[in-house]
Amino acid sequence: MAKIIINQDKCKGCLLCVSFCPKGLIKKSGKLNKRGLSYVEFDSRGKCIGCGQCAVICPDCCIEIYK
Amino acid sequence: MEKIFFPPESLYDVPTHYCPGCGHGIAHRLVAEIIDQLGIREKTIGIAPVGCAVIAYDYWKFDCSEAAHGRALAVATAIKRVRPQNIVFTYQGDGDLAAIGTNETIHAANRGENLTVIFINNAVYGMTGGQMAPTTLLGQKTSTTLDGRDRQKHGYPLKISEMLALLPGVHYIERVSLHSPQEVLKAKSAIRQAFENQINNAGFSLVEILSPCPTCWGLSPKESLDWIRDHMQKEFPLGRIK
Repeated sequence: MAKIIINQDKCKGCLLCVSFCPKGLIKKSGKLNKRGLSYVEFDSRGKCIGCGQCAVICPDCCIEIYK
Repeated sequence: MEKIFFPPESLYDVPTHYCPGCGHGIAHRLVAEIIDQLGIREKTIGIAPVGCAVIAYDYWKFDCSEAAHGRALAVATAIKRVRPQNIVFTYQGDGDLAAIGTNETIHAANRGENLTVIFINNAVYGMTGGQMAPTTLLGQKTSTTLDGRDRQKHGYPLKISEMLALLPGVHYIERVSLHSPQEVLKAKSAIRQAFENQINNAGFSLVEILSPCPTCWGLSPKESLDWIRDHMQKEFPLGRIK
C-alpha cells in the first residue's frame, strides 16, 4: 500500500493529477485554500499503488508519495 | 512508510506565480531534480530569461543571473568563459530564444560554447498576452492571429532545433514533451544528458521541451496536454535531433 500527501496550500486545482491517477483516488475537494484556489484531495481509503504519475505531472510540486 | 517522491532540494518550497497547469512548473522541477542528482548545486549558475519564467530564480535554490531579453546565451557565454569550473545553463522560452534572441542563440551554438540550454516551446507568447510566436502552428489562433496563423501573412513555424542541428559546434539536441507522465520522465533523461554533456566538456547541448500554456491556448490543463499530443508534436516531432 502507498499513500500520497498533497500540499493543499500550493495546489492550484489544475486537476492533471486527477486525470492521470489510474485508481481515481484524487478528486476535487470543493474547498478553497488560503490563496483562494480550489485544491484537490486524496481518498486515503482507496488502494493507492504509488505509481507516481500524479507527482510526476504535478506542475506545482504539491505531491509527496509514501510506500 | 518510506518517502519515495518528494520536492527536490534545489527547489524552494513556495507557490509559483504560474497559471494552473503551466508546464514551467514541471520543467523547473526537472532541472532541480537533475541538479540534485548530479550533486552540482554549489557550482551551478542558471540564467533566467525574459518571459513568464523571468523570476525563475525565486524558485531555484542555486545561483542565477538575469539577462536582457534574448541575451541569455551571451551572458551564459561570458560566465562560462570566466568561470569554466561552473556549470552554466540557460532557461529560455520561444520568444526569448527563437525570436528576439535568435542571433545570440545561433552564434553561441555555432561557437560550440560548452553550455546547456533548456528551451521551453509553448507556441505562443505567454507573458505578454498570447500573441503569435515564431513557433506558433499554422492555423493556431492567438491574440494577433485571430483567424489562425496564415503561412502567406505570418510565415511558417520556426524549427530552431533543426536549424541549430546543422551547426558543427552543436553536440546534442533533443526535443521532448510534457504531455504525459511518461513523456515527463523522458524529458528528465534528456535534461540529465544535456547537463552531463557540459560536465564532460562535450559542447553545446539543447533540450527543447513542448510545454502547455492553458491560459493562452484557451484550453483546460488536460486539454492542453492533449493538444500537444494531437497537434503540436506533429509539427515538432519528438526525439533526438542531433
